Parts: sequence; C-alpha cells; structure tokens
Amino acid sequence: MLYAILCYHDEDFVGSWSKEQDAAVMKKLAAVQEKLASQGRLGPVARLLPTTAATTLRKENPPLVLDGPYAETKEQLLGFYLVDCQNLDEALETAKELGAANPGGAYEIRPVGMFAPGGAVK
Amino acid sequence: MSETDAAWIDAALTSARPQAVGALLRYFRNLDTAEEAFQNASLRALKSWPQNGPPRDPAAWLIMVGRNAGIDEARRTRRQQPLPEDDQAISDLDDAESEIAERLDGSHYRDDILRLMFICCHPDLPPTQQIALALRIVSGLSVKQIARAFLVSEAAMEQRITRAKARVAGANVPFETPGAVERSERLAAVAAMIYLIFNEGYSASGDTAEIRTRLSEEAIRLARLLLRLFPGEPEIMGLTALLLLQHARADARFDAQGDLILLDDQDRTLWNQKLIAEGLALIDKAMRHRRSGTYQIQAAIAALHARAARPEDTDWQQIDLLYGALEVVQPSPVVTLNRAVAVSKVRGPQAALDMIEPLAPRLSNYFHFFGVRGAFLMQLDRNEEARVAFDRAIALANTSAEAAHIRMHLDRLMRDSKPPGKKAGT
Repeated sequence: MLYAILCYHDEDFVGSWSKEQDAAVMKKLAAVQEKLASQGRLGPVARLLPTTAATTLRKENPPLVLDGPYAETKEQLLGFYLVDCQNLDEALETAKELGAANPGGAYEIRPVGMFAPGGAVK
Repeated sequence: MSETDAAWIDAALTSARPQAVGALLRYFRNLDTAEEAFQNASLRALKSWPQNGPPRDPAAWLIMVGRNAGIDEARRTRRQQPLPEDDQAISDLDDAESEIAERLDGSHYRDDILRLMFICCHPDLPPTQQIALALRIVSGLSVKQIARAFLVSEAAMEQRITRAKARVAGANVPFETPGAVERSERLAAVAAMIYLIFNEGYSASGDTAEIRTRLSEEAIRLARLLLRLFPGEPEIMGLTALLLLQHARADARFDAQGDLILLDDQDRTLWNQKLIAEGLALIDKAMRHRRSGTYQIQAAIAALHARAARPEDTDWQQIDLLYGALEVVQPSPVVTLNRAVAVSKVRGPQAALDMIEPLAPRLSNYFHFFGVRGAFLMQLDRNEEARVAFDRAIALANTSAEAAHIRMHLDRLMRDSKPPGKKAGT
C-alpha cells in the first residue's frame, strides 16, 4: 500500500540551520531515500518552500485568495514522501528511519487512496 | 545532527530567540533585564535539554525559565516581597506550564517580535547602531562576530551597543499594542533596518566575506520572520523577494581572489535556483495586491535579471519601465542614474546621456555618476571626454576596494565600448 509521509517541523527552526547543518541533514535523508529506492518502494519526494511563499484559495463563491498557508500551526507542512509499504508497521519503521536522519517535528502517516504518477513534470 | 547536539540546541535557541526576548521585554520592560533573563534560560537549556530531551516548544520553555530567572534576580537585587501565588504556580517546567506560556504569549507573538525589532531601529539611533543592536538583540550574534563584520574592535562594538541600549532606554518606547497606523510605521522602519543589515552583508568581500555572508542570511531570516507575522503585506513580500533574489547571486559575485564580478560576467549556473524560485514566488504574490512600493519594484527589477539565462536575454525595456516607476515613488538622482543604464541598452547612449546630464549638479561627488557618464561618452566615441569622466570617478572612490571596483567597472566598459577591430589602448 502507498503511504504519504507528511513532514511537519518548525520552519523558524529549520530556517536557523546553517548551510552545513542543512546539507548534513539532506545527506542523511538521501541515504535513507536511496535505500528505499533500491527496494523499489520510493515514490515522489518534495521539499516545499517556506510557508511565506504559500497562497491559500478558499473555495467560496467567489473563491477567496489568502496569503500564507492554509493552517496557522506551530509546526508547518514542509514536505512529503510517497512510500510503498506493506502495512502501517512498515510505514512507521520507514518514518522512524527518516526521523533519525532529521530529528524534531513530526510525521503524519496517511494511506494513499488514489495516486496518479503524472510523469510530464521533470 | 541529533536532538541533543550542541548544533541542534544552538539552532533551537537561535530560532526561539526573537519571540522569547520579545516576550521577556514585555514582562520586564528593560532590554538588559530581558537579555540577561534569556541568557540565563539559554544556559539552563544547555544543561537540561541534553539530559531531559528538548521541550516540545523551546520558545515557551525559554520564556518561562527566563521569566522566573528574571524575577529571582529582581528579588535578590531589590529584596522585594515574595511575588503573589499565581507566579509560583508557573515556576515548574512540565507540559502544563508550556500551555500556560503559550496562552500568555500566543496572542502577543506578533507584537512582541515587532516591538523588539522596532526598538532596535528606533529613529533616535543612527543606522550603524540600529544594525549592531538588532544583530545583538534579535539575532543573537556575539559582539565579537558583529565587530568582525564591521571591521572594528570588540571593545568599540561593545561600546556602540551599550550606547544604543542607553539611548533606547531613555527614548520611552511604548509597550501597549500599537494601532494600525503605528504598526505600519513600525513595519516600515523594521523593513528598512533589515535592508540595511542585508546591504552590509552584500558589500562583503575578502577576509570578512564569511561573517558578512552571515549578515545577508540573517537579514533573509528576519525578513521571512516578519513576513510570517504579516503574511498579507506586499512590501514585506517585496523586501523578502529582493533579498532572496540578490543573495541568490552570492556564489557568482566574487572570483577566487575575492574581487567583485559584475552581473554581465557572472557564471549564471552558480546562481542559487532555490532562492530565485522563492523570490519569484513572492513577487508573484505581491503583485496581486496592486499596491506597489519601492521594495516590490526593486525586487521586480532583480527578478528580470534572475530570469535571464544569458545577459543578452535581459528584458531592459521592462527594467527601464520599472525604474521609471521607482522614480515616481522614490525620486532620487541615483535611481535616475540606474535607469539611464537601462535606457542606454534600449534607446542607445545618446538618450541615456541626455537623461543624466541634468543630474550633474547633484551628483558632482558621486563616482558612479562619472563612471556611467564616461561609459556613455565612450559609446558615442567621445573618448577624450570619457577619459576625463573616468579619471574623476577614480578620484572620487572612497576606499581602495571601491576604487578597484570602479576601475574594473571602467576597464570593462572601456573594453566593451570599443568598436570591433580597433585595438585596445588606441
């Protein structure tokens, strides 16, 4: 089953990492991703730009455009993975591995109901 | 990096600092007391977090501990009466306490940070003191780091910061929540201060490059923070975009010797595409508000440079129009001078020269004026007049770095403006 691992973290904190700290975390995460890819379990991965770059469209009539992220939270949605896992246990194991490479914050693990790989975007 | 690493704790303290010091300032109404209280809390964190694990909300933890430390300190020094019961109730540090801290501070979050930043850029302070104070108080850079960035001794910087603090202490900064008009004035002052910090970093080169790059990054961090507090302010979007787009070129701006490389000669593959993407996204957002401003216009100009894969792809016509808009909101001979460069690309050197001639009385001591003027004259084959302008430019340079920059700029302009086939130096 395909799981989305949604990454939440305090973006002030992540933004306070030095270039070296950021690179070190990304390198460790890349190692986990490589392992998942070699097992044929890794789907799309995204790291999102800061929530200051976000815009929210409220689907009212007429639609309302708001600056900023949808939810004002202490920790923000900063990225996501799609990973193929046999069950929740395996998904949690994978999330723990990613978490060991990038401590702090939280992962929300959500089973995926429908997935269209797209493919046109490089 | 693990959660108990010194580096991790350092990043947590840095990111929590503006909110925590801002809240402590609201309690104690004194910058020194607030800073000391934060310092105390940080020391406690360095001891406690590696053992007990980091708290879920570092800022709330630091505010609580700092507040208690400040109260204890006040008791010791002033031999005050014990404080009332409800203050005792928040002296421990479990999760329930964090919730209290959050309730206490959540509603003040924006104004605490804005007030803290605003105090640093108080109009009574000269710009050099504003920047030093902000880097010390809001960013938490050490006096030593700040001194290095400004090429002054640690003692001199210490004195500068002490003077600045004394001045704001006597300046009676209001602590009540500001009204809409005052808030927008504060925002504008803070934005200007952040831009000053960035420019200090932007002119970095040579030995101080590393620490001054840190200033640019710090300015971006503060701009993002401000934008998160005021997500619908197009000028703050513009400011943040401007800093991101300019900083994206950082790795391409200097050669191995630390000499400046001009925009046209930069290796554009070294531009940071992630920063550019963020800058362009913010400009997009800002434009939707249709409330133009100086930062947005400057960011839009930077965006046009960022979008050009090669120098010859630059949309100079649009840049000319944007400088025209900037002249309207912020009339200044320097803006007109910059516009003239775009005009020279679009309508040729004669039109550009005509544009800057009226500026001569006001820019008679400005070396860029003579550098640009010389370049236009040369393109018109008025070489003797051009040489006079170039000489004047070099004579007006304030520092050797400036002189070198101008000389390189001039060399380049001279080389470029030579018709093909003509030998250099003839």
